[in-house]
Amino acid sequence: MRTPVFILLQIAVATALYFILRAADNDYLFFLGYTVLEFIVLATAWNILGGYCGYVNFGSAGFFAIGAYTSVFFYTVGQSLEDLFPENLVGPLQSVFPLPVPVLVVIGGIVAGLVGLGTGYLTLRLRGVFFAIATLALSVVLQTFVLNWSFVGGSRGAYIIPPDKVPIFGPYIQYLFVLMLALVILSLTCARLIERSRLGYGFATIRDDELAAEACGVPTLRLKLIATTLSGALMGMAGAPLPFYIGYVEPGSAFDLSYAVNSIAMPMIGGTTSWAGPMIGAVLLGTLQQIATVTISSAVNLLIVGLLLIGFVIVAPSGIIGLWQGWMRRRKEA
Amino acid sequence: MSAPLLQVRQLGKRFGGFVALDGVDIDVAPGERIGLIGPNGSGKSTLVNCICGTLRNETGSVTFSGEKMDGLIAHERTRRGLARSFQLPRPFMSMTVADNIRVPLLYTVAFRVGHHVSKAEADDRCMELLKLVALDAKAARNPRDLTQVEMRKLELARAMAAEPKLLIADESMAGLSHSEVEDIVALLIRLNESGITIIMIEHIMRAVMSFSQRLVVLVSGKKIADGKPDDVIKEREVIGAYLGQ
Repeated sequence: MRTPVFILLQIAVATALYFILRAADNDYLFFLGYTVLEFIVLATAWNILGGYCGYVNFGSAGFFAIGAYTSVFFYTVGQSLEDLFPENLVGPLQSVFPLPVPVLVVIGGIVAGLVGLGTGYLTLRLRGVFFAIATLALSVVLQTFVLNWSFVGGSRGAYIIPPDKVPIFGPYIQYLFVLMLALVILSLTCARLIERSRLGYGFATIRDDELAAEACGVPTLRLKLIATTLSGALMGMAGAPLPFYIGYVEPGSAFDLSYAVNSIAMPMIGGTTSWAGPMIGAVLLGTLQQIATVTISSAVNLLIVGLLLIGFVIVAPSGIIGLWQGWMRRRKEA
Repeated sequence: MSAPLLQVRQLGKRFGGFVALDGVDIDVAPGERIGLIGPNGSGKSTLVNCICGTLRNETGSVTFSGEKMDGLIAHERTRRGLARSFQLPRPFMSMTVADNIRVPLLYTVAFRVGHHVSKAEADDRCMELLKLVALDAKAARNPRDLTQVEMRKLELARAMAAEPKLLIADESMAGLSHSEVEDIVALLIRLNESGITIIMIEHIMRAVMSFSQRLVVLVSGKKIADGKPDDVIKEREVIGAYLGQ
């Protein structure tokens, strides 16, 4: 399937989903849907580095929080224009601030992408468990930084007051839902394009054997930097609307371990070698967690993730996509 | 001898206190077939790794096609026409046999010709190379399905896909049967006849003698002999290194 057709198909599915949920006339479904979509973006972003290149990133929560705190930063700037800028600048700036959420998403993506690039440079020579520990450490360092940065709320957190309603969409959550749908389309298209391109081949060689990749002319270090930047940028974009979704952000929630665990578990369960794997994993796990939250307790979320992950690692290490491909191969051979 | 394609001068490499290479000089002329031999631990693989940029040499220099290679990393040397195969085959296991060949086409040939290699072009070239090593029937298979000799052939075909001027075949015949060894030697000679200079590192003397036009012997990181194979193997130092003094 050609990329424009793939994008159109995604837009069609997204539009159908939006109108189905709207017809249900229940805003909770949008809240639930937003979380699942957010996980699709996070899992897809993680998979670009972890699945395609084989570099396990335990610091997803850090990149996600960079996006969230970039939004908080610009929101706070917008609230304190008089205190921060000379009088003659306040007028023109008031016409720009508050920045629209899509703009914050782009800025969050750029900031997180740059941090991803920096992480790539700092960890160029690290592999396996050492790389994973370095990314975890990055997340801890970022959290400590934010905890001590009072401008964005520090340890007490920051309140964001989104408008109740927006034109066309109505309730604000519907607007955020559509925004996250757009991010899903962007991230899935990006992942699929990578998979079918020269870049995808390069990433796969890094995952399989870096020494052999270099011997084939693959610039492994440059490709790793591309992967860390892209992955970080998409995670940051996923995190940017968070403050407007929950209304209150504090380091504990933005850097929550569950983001890191989920963004690893979802591609592992869905399958890491295809763009569809993280999406399937995120839809399955995200929905299960939301159902568990409303029927049992939010505390069982990570238990579900853990149990499913153990199950899949034992029974289907290549994830659902791997199971499907194996079944198709056997059918073809029979 | 015409202007050398590869010129190695005073190459030195240490691993801690162990001297792996100690001032090695080698000149390779275009189109030559060279056998590089030496006992285990003599520095053959280290020499290959230093020439190809996998390891950094501490002293000396490598000049290829008139260009200094020092400071260039492995993929940059491959793109300039310096390809290698590995002692233990290292195929990309998540890809098909054909896709293994496609990688150097996409990353080395495309870089050299300065434009994108189309899918059709890449497909044709992949099949051409796979036919050359008699693996065309297994193009869509995973490298896991290949036998040991097929794996070695894939390794050579992948190195060839980079369209090298110089191919370094690092122990491409280790563990193969008599007929399989002959198969690989014939393949290497065919590649050489198509204009590629080849350095073959090997322990199997039968293969080395039938392949090489010139023989270089390394012992304890030093070059102890360099010349016609029939002359070199009669040298006292070479016999001593292989059979003991």
